[in-house]
Amino acid sequence: MKISEIVNLLNAKIVCGEEFADREIERAFASDLMSDVLTTPFDNGILITGLANPQSIRTADMMDVSVILLARRKKATEEMISLAKENDAVIIECPLSVFHISGILFEHGLKPVY
Amino acid sequence: MKFEYHVEGGDFLNAGNASGNIKKVLKKLNVDPGVLKRVVVALYEAEVNIVAHAYRGNITADISPQKIEIVLDDEGPGIPDIGLAMQQGYSTASTKVREMGFGAGMGLPNIKANTDDMKIESVVGKGTKLTLSFNLA
Repeated sequence: MKISEIVNLLNAKIVCGEEFADREIERAFASDLMSDVLTTPFDNGILITGLANPQSIRTADMMDVSVILLARRKKATEEMISLAKENDAVIIECPLSVFHISGILFEHGLKPVY
Repeated sequence: MKFEYHVEGGDFLNAGNASGNIKKVLKKLNVDPGVLKRVVVALYEAEVNIVAHAYRGNITADISPQKIEIVLDDEGPGIPDIGLAMQQGYSTASTKVREMGFGAGMGLPNIKANTDDMKIESVVGKGTKLTLSFNLA
């Protein structure tokens, strides 16, 4: 699924990395606990999280995950955007809950990590 | 090839800078992607541990064709019971650390799982030295 399709399905907004909207995403993982993300390999995936601080961007980078979807109306900070730019990562903001986002993306064919 | 970084305790804004830099270096050196992932995950967890628990620390990465050895040496409270700290789920992390998405007692076990060898030396009231080794050949 293309990043642009994810954005349309969720009525969400890309706040960093618009130029990568055509990237294909295969899998998603949802967590607010970065320690869990660090034990879950999911290259070429999307991290759905309510954690809006630089550690979500940094953790995603360590796992080679280049798309971070912020749920529950969370906003990306300047530090997050600057870090994401350095890593060619995409940040998406979405007003929906993690449960709601996951349901929609699962229904449309995005695969779970496990 | 040797690289050194300084890490300040409590500086969550920059937590992960050293790991991010070392990741870039290892990518340029064409280190096997599987090993690279293990190195950056273990190193990032350990760097966050310094920020979360210590006052300050130094990270030294020594890269040779045969292996990568990373030493994280901190000044801090030390670990009174290493066996307990290694147990999954055991944590002494502050609320601030938990707000950053860490502190669930998963760090040290995950570091160990990602290294070929991990050594912890700790003196209460002085600090902790963590040596992580990864085989390349």
